[in-house]
Amino acid sequence: MDVVFWVCAVGAVASGVAVFRVDSMARATFALLASFVLASVTVLLVDLTYLGILVILMMVMEMVIMVVFMVMYMMNPAGLMPMTMVHNKKGALVISVATFAVLAAGSVLVDWPATKASRPADPTMALGEALMGPKMLTMVVLGLALFATIVATVVLATHRGRYDRYGDRLDRKRPDDPVRGGLGR
Amino acid sequence: MASLATTDAVIETTAWWGALPLLALLCLFAFAATAFDAVLAARTAGRSTRSAALEPLRTVAGLLVQQRRRTLAADRLLWRGAGLVLLVAAVLASGVTPLGRWAVGDLDVGVVWFNAMEIVAWAAVWLAGWGPNSAFSLVGGYRFVAQGLAYELPHMFALTTVAIGAGSLRVADIVGAQQDLWFVVWMPVAFLVYLVSVLAMSFSRPFDQATSSDLAGGATAELSGVDRLMFLAGQRVLLVSGAAMAVPLFLGGGAGPLLPDWSWSLVKTAAVLALLVYAGRRMPTIRIERFMEVAWLVLVPATLLQALFVSIVVI
Amino acid sequence: MTEYLLLASALFSIGLYGALSQQSIVMIMMGLELMINAVIVGGAAFWYYNAPERPDGQVVIVVAITAMAAEMAAGFAVTTAIFRARDVDMTDMAADLKD
Repeated sequence: MDVVFWVCAVGAVASGVAVFRVDSMARATFALLASFVLASVTVLLVDLTYLGILVILMMVMEMVIMVVFMVMYMMNPAGLMPMTMVHNKKGALVISVATFAVLAAGSVLVDWPATKASRPADPTMALGEALMGPKMLTMVVLGLALFATIVATVVLATHRGRYDRYGDRLDRKRPDDPVRGGLGR
Repeated sequence: MASLATTDAVIETTAWWGALPLLALLCLFAFAATAFDAVLAARTAGRSTRSAALEPLRTVAGLLVQQRRRTLAADRLLWRGAGLVLLVAAVLASGVTPLGRWAVGDLDVGVVWFNAMEIVAWAAVWLAGWGPNSAFSLVGGYRFVAQGLAYELPHMFALTTVAIGAGSLRVADIVGAQQDLWFVVWMPVAFLVYLVSVLAMSFSRPFDQATSSDLAGGATAELSGVDRLMFLAGQRVLLVSGAAMAVPLFLGGGAGPLLPDWSWSLVKTAAVLALLVYAGRRMPTIRIERFMEVAWLVLVPATLLQALFVSIVVI
Repeated sequence: MTEYLLLASALFSIGLYGALSQQSIVMIMMGLELMINAVIVGGAAFWYYNAPERPDGQVVIVVAITAMAAEMAAGFAVTTAIFRARDVDMTDMAADLKD
């Protein structure tokens, strides 16, 4: 298991670095996906099967959507020209190296207590029962946060409101959309 | 063959070489599905069905000797990898599908694993569209991403409904929970939505607008030779994988009178596959913008209500 | 335990470098995703090695996954709005969104 862990860890860090080094935006996105998948394999190694596979699932979906946006908005999506778009590279490098030094020193030097408790046989069930029981507040807050995100995202991203679609008095029968939907709405 | 140390040995996991008969069966079913599709097409066109039934063999032979195409400024790493990613993901997705009593792997989150592996198809089709630096293939890839966003949420809710009904994400428990009554009887909406989403996830007819001929093949426009063979094989195997997973999820696994369980699994998989291919041939290609609205406004509430009904029954 | 925290620190630092140095909003978001990835790995490590009998580590991971999804959605909506207003996606010129 150690070998698998170190291979995945080195791979995750390497592809994380590759995200900011490659010129092509599509490759940067899929390098990020590779980093996520390798880090999820390390999560799978600590018996969190449900969360590990869930992260892989969600990250594949998110990276595909992100690559659509990358290609839409970035000026060099195919990496046909070499490009660096950074500001204050030295400052950022200094800060990130200092952060890594502090965190790595902490993780190596601190004497982490080993647990004597027994590991649960089914972490997924434990998570489910916790989220529906003592951690219900987390569930509720997450639900509200996701709902707020959906509303905020649609409001920010759409440039046609109700009055564009239904007329000035909201009296049009069918909305005035460029593409007709499947239900005739 | 090693067996799981569970009280009910509904599913036994095989050793690692159990993957080889799995590959053979997937290829066999993929051939059969393509041949059935070609036979139906030949019958509507009035051509001879006997030569149409051998069409997959001719296609494979032709693609193996065909030259691979190179396009200008293609993203070779991402493009050549697309077919391989699709094929590997489709094969891995059936890793948890049991054949009667045997399964190559029985994860305790088998349903989530299946879902994760077939979502890799999104990435694969987009890569096949983006890689060759060609406009038509890019449009095909984007069409598939839009279709993916449409079918995925109803698909996930259908899988969640099955997991609620069985009280577990493990495929063995789901098969075990259907010993009295198959899930298709009291979760019909989930079953129908699952079948629709299997067609959509493998961009087969009638959800093949991503690779349709109005885009000169869409995402497969610039693929030729071995790349094309891998991509199309991956598509067929994904369809077979989805149809095969419908058996333990909704149709009771290997349960049935007279025949042994592995043959019942094969019979049920063949039946679901034939139904899907036939339904694909009967309907015209569904346009994605129309399907998007139907999926979000009709299918998502329907699957949510189905999940509510199942939750109430289970409690 | 130490190796997991080392991995988490490395991912966090790389994400921090990206979030601080990139000009494009989408690349900044990729840095943020790497940082949340680090939180996920760290949460898993703390759950397994320090407190596996409690579900708190897993809940941290669930919250981090949700935060990632919400951040991505909101980030792309903001980028769309900025792009519509200015036809570029640079952060240097996006000091105000109200124009």
